[in-house]
Amino acid sequence: MKRPSRQSRLGLLNGVASDASVVRLLGIGLVAGVFSALFGVGGGIIIVPLLVAVVGFDGRRATGTSLAAIGITAGAGAVAYGLHGDLKIGSAALIGLPAALGAVAGVTLQQRLQTRTLTIGFSLFLTAVGIRLLV
Amino acid sequence: MEILAALLGLLGGILAGLFGVGGGILFVPTLVLVLGLTQVHAEATSLLAILPAVVAGAWRQQRYGNVDWRAALIVGLGSIAGVEGGVELAKALSEDVLRRLFAVFMFVVAASLAWRAFRAQPAYPSDDDSDRSRGPSFRRV
Repeated sequence: MKRPSRQSRLGLLNGVASDASVVRLLGIGLVAGVFSALFGVGGGIIIVPLLVAVVGFDGRRATGTSLAAIGITAGAGAVAYGLHGDLKIGSAALIGLPAALGAVAGVTLQQRLQTRTLTIGFSLFLTAVGIRLLV
Repeated sequence: MEILAALLGLLGGILAGLFGVGGGILFVPTLVLVLGLTQVHAEATSLLAILPAVVAGAWRQQRYGNVDWRAALIVGLGSIAGVEGGVELAKALSEDVLRRLFAVFMFVVAASLAWRAFRAQPAYPSDDDSDRSRGPSFRRV
């Protein structure tokens, strides 16, 4: 067995991969930050596929890691807008606190429901609201 | 209107948890159409409103061992640089242009959800999807 050399080779590869991945992760953050602040959303729709495609995360790890990153991104966005005087804190609490309860319920429901029909319904609903915003 | 907005917040959270999208896509139109905020104020406020749900969600995912904290921290730090650019861009655009851009963004999310549903994937993509994104024959040969 050539265990020592194999280990050192792996170690070297790990070092290279991790340096490259830091740059990639910073790049993903940069793109997600612009997107998040421009639209007032977390940016998971950008971060999750990028973590999968660019860094090679599997879907679950990408989703969980994206949520944690969004905590920083959305917090930074809220502070940046707040410094411009654009933040309505009362409205944020009015929507955000019930939403946190709803999100926990939603994740629980997800385990029990066949979501395909619901997803198509939700997609149509988003389209309708988008049209309402356009006109 | 306040009660309606709170109910829509609750509904938005449920839908976000159910479909794996953030709440922002629902909070921004709620703030604009129900509470009458401007598009910029709605986007700013949405970013603050999603924080409680994001913290709750990240805590849940942490228990399943799905959070790579180091990667999340690096992505988050990188995003701080981008955030200021996004804020400046949003404020430089006119209200109408920004609102229409947001509407287009909603169509893109709607299309991606529909595509996902028609492929009958689970709400969280499986390990297979990382293979598929690299091309159909990457690891299957």
